[in-house]
Amino acid sequence: MVIKRPSDVLPSEITRPEVYARRREFMKLAAAGSILGATGLLAPAACAQTAKTLGLEKLEGVAKSALSTNEKPTEYKHVTGYNNYYEFGTEKEEPARYAKALKPRPWNVVVEGEVAKPRTFAIEELLKFPLEERIYRLRCVEAWSMVVPWIGFEFNRIAKLVEPTSKAKFVEFVTAYQPDTMIGARLPVLDWPYLEGLRIDEAMHPLTIMAVGLYGEVLPNQNGAPIRLVVPWKYGFKSGKSIVRIRFVEKQPKTAWERANPQEYGFYSNVNPEVDHPRWTQKRERRIPDFFATRQTVAFNGYGEQVAGLYAGMDLKKFY
Amino acid sequence: MTLAPRTLRALKALVFVAALIPLGRLAAGAFFFPEWLGANPAEFITRSTGDWTLRFLLITLAVTPLRKLFGWHSLAAFRRMLGLYAFFYGVSHLSSYVAFDHVFEVTEILKDIVKRPFITVGFTALVLITPLAVTSTDRMVQRLGAKRWLALHRLVYVIAPLGVLHFWWMVKRDITEPAIYAAILAALLGYRVWARFKDRRRRARPARGPVVQPRPNA
Repeated sequence: MVIKRPSDVLPSEITRPEVYARRREFMKLAAAGSILGATGLLAPAACAQTAKTLGLEKLEGVAKSALSTNEKPTEYKHVTGYNNYYEFGTEKEEPARYAKALKPRPWNVVVEGEVAKPRTFAIEELLKFPLEERIYRLRCVEAWSMVVPWIGFEFNRIAKLVEPTSKAKFVEFVTAYQPDTMIGARLPVLDWPYLEGLRIDEAMHPLTIMAVGLYGEVLPNQNGAPIRLVVPWKYGFKSGKSIVRIRFVEKQPKTAWERANPQEYGFYSNVNPEVDHPRWTQKRERRIPDFFATRQTVAFNGYGEQVAGLYAGMDLKKFY
Repeated sequence: MTLAPRTLRALKALVFVAALIPLGRLAAGAFFFPEWLGANPAEFITRSTGDWTLRFLLITLAVTPLRKLFGWHSLAAFRRMLGLYAFFYGVSHLSSYVAFDHVFEVTEILKDIVKRPFITVGFTALVLITPLAVTSTDRMVQRLGAKRWLALHRLVYVIAPLGVLHFWWMVKRDITEPAIYAAILAALLGYRVWARFKDRRRRARPARGPVVQPRPNA
């Protein structure tokens, strides 16, 4: 008598049918990769580019938002392969390579300063906020842009819980500084930890979000896991990654880039085609992965209707 | 060490082809293998052609020191080609910036050149290297005469530092790479100062050995 024993292969270990169906494609790719790899012509990273996402933890119950753009999101591989995250190196490809060392769990975010109820949030608590997908344009100060389907919640939800006092005029965002895991942060490229800041009304604006994911999954480390700021009308560097501390303060913070180079990077750093970066024009931008920088840059990155009012009466050439 | 004419010709052909590999890689990436150039292909091309311009400039400047220090006299035969490749990659670099960054908008480009110091020096370097490329033929050497030709080609001592300065000023924060180029350049130029100083001291003393005629391409 033959007794049929249950298989000791777990269902999760079996290759998914859609992946299995692509096995020929995989073999061809692997063969091509090994030939090209052997001749030294192909970067190793190029071999594994069939998966649409990294397959990180999925975020459930994400609502759509009327604040999303209907522009086509930039491909996942570019969103997660072309990053400025200096703590993991100054080359765009380095964060994807080195940010694996970052440990996004356990993670706490301390909220303190001019608030009635200072408090420390565990990342799990923050992930319980009602999440929304916000498809935003991202304009880098280096004159390239992307469209990113972020997942997160409005920053003002945190503020409401901690109750800022009347002295809270600005908000400081302090990002993680872990020289043991961040190989770029071992060099004094910037004055670590990377610090960013917003005026309180900018922070409280419904467009300002704390992002915890993109493309339906939790944030990849290179994009600022586990939680980051996203301010879509400002140049990308204003949106600090891997936030560990949020401080409500009375005085305007001195941000990392202002300290590094005040002639080139101002506190406000709103996207503004009229104010050139000293070393290049901000009139146009290149939408990744285009060749030509043909796209006209729009004031406030196209969010002027919502945010221009915040700056009524201010000379934005002076407060750049 | 001096090579036989045949070996030299074969080696020159080899160097000629090898020097085209960076360009070939960019062209293949642009037309067939987008993943080679990554998310920002235009930036990749501009950076890569810029890097190779500087590399060829430094390689060209390394010819004389290597020749003198190690007696590899056949290297002199490669110098013109290497210098022309520096020019070639420099023109490609400028073209990439003109086409991809500015989409041929001349007024914007002119504004850039005037307003932005790193572009001013980079553009100046390319303007200055152009007459050297134009006068690189044997006929031009004859027409100018060795003395004047040599004087003109000393411009490279201005061009190479301008090129490195262009890179230095372009970098946002991490100056490691331009610093490496600067160090190599300093060594190559420093050698020339040192060699000249030594030469002068030797000439001040009475000659002991046989008198060697200076070569025109020193």
